Formats: sequence, structure tokens, C-alpha cells
Amino acid sequence: MGMTMTQKILAHAAGLDSVCAGQLIEADLDLVLGNDITSPVAIKEMSKMNVNGVFHKDKIALVPDHFVPNKDIKSAEHCKCVREFAIKNQITNYFEVGEMGIEHALLPEKGLTVPGDVIIGADSHTCTYGALGAFSTGVGSTDMAAGMATGKAWFKVPSAIKFNIIGKPSKWVSGKDVILHIIGMIGVDGALYKSVEFVGPGIANLSMDDRFTIANMAIEAGGKNGIFPVDEKTIAYLKEHTTREYTIYEADDDAVYDEEYTIDLSELRPTVSFPHLPENTHTIDEIHKMEPIAVDQVVIGSCTNGRLDDLKIAAEVLKGRHVKKGMRCIVIPATQAIYLEAMELGLLRTFIEAGAVVSTPTCGPCLGGYMGILAENERCVSTTNRNFVGRMGHISSEIYLASPAVAAASAVTGKISCPCDLDEKEM
Amino acid sequence: MKNAKGTVFKYGDNVDTDVIIPARYLNSSDPTELALHCMEDIDKDFVSKVKKGDIMVATKNFGCGSSREHAPIAIKAAGVSCVIAETFARIFYRNAINIGLPIIECKEASIAIQNGDEVEVNFDTGIITDLTTKESFQGQAFPEFMQKIIAAEGLVNYINQK
Repeated sequence: MGMTMTQKILAHAAGLDSVCAGQLIEADLDLVLGNDITSPVAIKEMSKMNVNGVFHKDKIALVPDHFVPNKDIKSAEHCKCVREFAIKNQITNYFEVGEMGIEHALLPEKGLTVPGDVIIGADSHTCTYGALGAFSTGVGSTDMAAGMATGKAWFKVPSAIKFNIIGKPSKWVSGKDVILHIIGMIGVDGALYKSVEFVGPGIANLSMDDRFTIANMAIEAGGKNGIFPVDEKTIAYLKEHTTREYTIYEADDDAVYDEEYTIDLSELRPTVSFPHLPENTHTIDEIHKMEPIAVDQVVIGSCTNGRLDDLKIAAEVLKGRHVKKGMRCIVIPATQAIYLEAMELGLLRTFIEAGAVVSTPTCGPCLGGYMGILAENERCVSTTNRNFVGRMGHISSEIYLASPAVAAASAVTGKISCPCDLDEKEM
Repeated sequence: MKNAKGTVFKYGDNVDTDVIIPARYLNSSDPTELALHCMEDIDKDFVSKVKKGDIMVATKNFGCGSSREHAPIAIKAAGVSCVIAETFARIFYRNAINIGLPIIECKEASIAIQNGDEVEVNFDTGIITDLTTKESFQGQAFPEFMQKIIAAEGLVNYINQK
């Protein structure tokens, strides 16, 4: 029986010729990741193990990004704990404020994630690196501790759902719309315990940043990982970012999938997830038929949509326009490199002149940490990844998940809108 | 493993880790402190009502969302002896086993058991008994691999024994 792309990577990492869905394996890890919320718990757990330090100082990445620059004393203590552990264990890839970024934007940019890797991270959006043809999945702090200590993790080999991507997306449709559409279609547990594997000619029409966004939200459908094949765009990205050697895996022709779907990118429309689940999706056309949905805040950033392409799209919408009076628009470049490039391209000027505020990299508002908390009954259009009850603040507040294009247009009109709405008005 | 027995707190589909323990409290990793805010955004009375040994029952995709181990830690520290659900989100499932919070998948039980019922769970057989309605259900026992981790009372001890 043929293997899926994920199964081939896992078989190799477990030193086996082949694996099948449901098999329990122990795999060698290429990278173990943690942040300022999950690492302190892992560090505490690791201290209870009978081990002398970490398995490999180059294969661990510690990225304080959730509550940094430190939002309060307790967060500062957590960051201090991570910093001291990194120094003591001589962790090569520890990223201090000033060089950090949101972990899932930062690690590919630093060339730490390559095709064929097996990566675990104590953050659910670790599945992002599947965009590069790696197997990567989120775990908890104890798994992270075991990974740091032993360089290994146990996995149940997942079965897979295949999405055959065809066509070319229209203007204002991006990776976010693709993944929200998919989650709306299969539900927040539609891929529970499974791999989400993308194939097909349409992938060539998706930028690397689109692919990172799509793989990033595989977890929002319950998926164990999301994974893309390696193509010319992937190789060009790797040339620019890494010197690491890598192995390209492809699914077997006779690989077995639990379900198969075809997604025609040309048919997709800007899509928004309504409160309080990512699966509650509506297209912009459906929204146009509803009563206008007034919003108080817009957030453009996060590990889902804080990359350069995302900021370019938002700036294209906001250029020469202004955030509606009384609205807050918060833009958060995901890494220092993205921040710098956005500055050099003049995007930050566009945002500030439009009346948005630009923050240094942080996960902050996405998880209701800080830098954009919602008050009672407030509503936010956000390019982040979750719209659960209370996720961004008060339990009565509401989050609408959308692309950077829709978020930026909504900041201008003060209600959920698409850039095409703005164009029509101007014509 | 010792049987779990207690009063049921019943929830629905997709109970996410943000409502189990809101991120605004994640500047702490102290179990006792986390337990004080367990389920706060979905059931504000939970913390004042829960007694040691009580059981949580929910339907599909329990624990979806973030990878925060603080979620099963908060539930365990609040005194809950077992979580029964039709399905669990996969990271929550791993985390619960790794920290020694017993969980069990059973569709029939997750639907039939009601809030306030007295329930007993036998982990050796996977049998869940609703003592209030006198109904019994066959839950999914853990695979052998996981039983070893649970027998060692968590992944840390399991690694230390190897």
C-alpha cells in the first residue's frame, strides 16, 4: 500500500521502510520549538527527568513571542526562565527581543525549517512549516520537554485528507480565504487526528506566504499537520533563507486517503469566519446581503497573516485612505525582518498615515494577551486564527476572522467590507 | 488504575482551550492558580461547585485550539478525576496523557450522560456507568503504548524508567 507524503517522512524519521495509518512510532526530531508560555512548563518538567541537558543545542528553538516585550511581572519571570535555560544549555536558536519574531514566521525566515524535517513545537500553529514540505505538529509542554531531552517523540501515524487545488485565485482572494473556505466546508473537527495534504496544479498560483497561512490553520480543522509538496517556489524560498540540506518527499501514486476534495481557487470569494468558531464561514457576497456588521477594531498580523505579502495587501488597500474615525487598526509585522522590509517599502508610512498603529512583533492580541484587548460587546475583524469566546478579551466581544484585504477594507468603512466595495464607491 | 467516581459537569461540542483556561491567566503556570480560573468563560460557577473526583463530560472535539498544557493541568488541579467525550482534539489528548489526567472517548456516554448525574469510570475495562440512570457504556480503552505512559504516571516518569 502506498504512503502519503506525511507517512513517508515519518517512516524515514522512525528508521522504517514503511508505516501505515494508526501505527505507533518513535521518530527522530529535527527541531523542537517552544515559546514564552509553553517553555517554562517544559523546562520545569525537563528538570524532573534524569538527563544531562538537551539532546542537541542547535536543534531547539526558543522564541519568546506571546507576551514580549514583557507585558507584566509574571510574563517577565517566564521570559527570564526561558532566557536562563537558553544560556545554561547554550541554545543556538534563542531569539531575544530585538531579534525575535512570531515563532512560525521567524523559523522559516531563519532557515531552520526545511523539507523532510520532523518538527514538534509547543504551540498549536507549529503545523505552519508544512508549507515547506516538512512534517510539523503542535504538542504540549511535556512533549516538548521529552523532545528537548531525548530528540525523539512518539506519534500515531495519521491517515490523510487530500485537497486537490486547481485554478487561480482572483484579486483580493488569498491563502486565508482558501483555508477559511476549507474549514467552513469540513468543520473544526473535519480533519481530527489527520494530515491535511495539498496537491495539484493550483498550488503554483499560491505564494509561499499563502501556503504558510494555509498550513498554519490546518489545526483549526483539527488536523495533525498540513503539508504542501515542494515545487519551484519552495526551492526559491529555501535558496534565499537556508544553507541546510534537505530531502524532498512525495506521496506515492497509490497512497490512500480517507477523503478527497477539489478546490478551484478561481471560484473562491473573500471569506469571513463569524463568531465563535472558525467553521462559521460566510463569503463577502453573503455578507453584502446582511445588515451591515459594524466593527470597533481591526488587527492585521499574527503567525497566520503577519508576513510581508499580507502587509503589502493591507497597504495597497489603505494607501491614500483613512481608518474610519473612532476605529482602531493595529498592524503587527510578524518579524523584525518583515518590519524592516515593510519600512523600506514605505508600507509602515502608509499604515501610520492611514491612522493605524504599528507594533513590534508579538502574538499579543491574537490570544487576548495584550496590545489590543476588546471591551464588552466590542467587535473585531482580525487576520488571526481563532474566534473562540473571550479569545481577544471580554467574553461578550466578537472576532471575525478574515484576510488582510478584508481586514484593511473593514478598517476604512467601519463595517465588514471587501476592497471591491471601496473601489465601487470611488468609481 | 483506580476507578473515577463523581458528579458530572456536562458541556457541548468544541470546548476550546481558551474557555478551559483563558490566555489572560497564562502569565502563570502554577496549577493551583490556573485551577481558580478553570472554565471561567464558559461556566463561571464551575470553580465554586466542583468537588474532588468530579467528572467532566462533553461531546465532540473537546480541548480544541491551542497547545497549552495549562488546560488539562487546570482541569486536573480543579479536582476533576476524568473527562469523557465523544472525541478530543489531538494535542489536548496527548497533553492529558502526558500529565496524567485520565480521559476516555465514548460517543454514547457523551450524549446520554446529563449534567449532575453520578458517574463511575473503570479504566481497566473502559466501562462507564451512569449511577443515576443505571446505564452502562463501553468506552475506548487506551492503546498499550499509552497505558505504559499512564502506568508510569506520565511521560516524565516513563522516560526516567527507560
